[in-house]
Amino acid sequence: MKSIFTTLVLICSTLAASAADPAAVGQTLPKLGQLLPGATLPNTARKVVLVDFWASWCAPCKASFPCFNRLQEKYAAKGLVIIGIGVDDEAAKYQAFSGKMGAKFPLVHDATHQAAKFFNPPSMPTSYLVDRKGVIRHVHTGFHGEKTEADYTREIEALLSEGS
Amino acid sequence: MSNPTLKSHHHTMKRLALILSVAIGIVGFTACSNQQLVRVKPYERGNLAKPIMADNMDPILKSMTEHAYFSREASFGGGGVGGGGCGCN
Repeated sequence: MKSIFTTLVLICSTLAASAADPAAVGQTLPKLGQLLPGATLPNTARKVVLVDFWASWCAPCKASFPCFNRLQEKYAAKGLVIIGIGVDDEAAKYQAFSGKMGAKFPLVHDATHQAAKFFNPPSMPTSYLVDRKGVIRHVHTGFHGEKTEADYTREIEALLSEGS
Repeated sequence: MSNPTLKSHHHTMKRLALILSVAIGIVGFTACSNQQLVRVKPYERGNLAKPIMADNMDPILKSMTEHAYFSREASFGGGGVGGGGCGCN
């Protein structure tokens, strides 16, 4: 009887452990260099960081690029770093899309989905706004045009004004 | 089977089997209802977003089918879904 209950407890705990929770507000941003081996990443120390997960097959992701370019132009000098993480399976599609979009911020390819597995974004695109201390403060799922851009602007300005 | 010890053992085994099947059933149903166990993650939906996966690859065929349903069947509507396979937004 005891062994049966032990087996059941083990099964339940295995099921619970296999479901990775998505990255959430309050969580510390992991070292991106470890999740994206070989990628050239900008210095994020004491910066406000916007990590965006995108894919070439995702239309809202495409629509979000001009917004990120504007945010980069406006806030990079004040301490904002934007990192676009492409999750395409095919490297050629990632390259073609990156070349076409004219991003003014660094793009990296998460070819092995290591970063995606860690963040576990609930939708495409999903972005994580991180404060100067490295804590995730806002999570945006999807891109809804001007509304999302206004939210980003408000949140980025608030985070930039906070001390490190 | 007239042996009382044997009868009691048989009864215990039956109860044990019942408890075990109920427990396995509960674990199984919990696993099925757990949304986290859906294997295709939003970032893995590149293939689902390909045009060949669309339900309306042939607009003429689709409109004719819908017309047939509209004029012949009592059940019309409910043929659309919110969003495509890519899971965007």
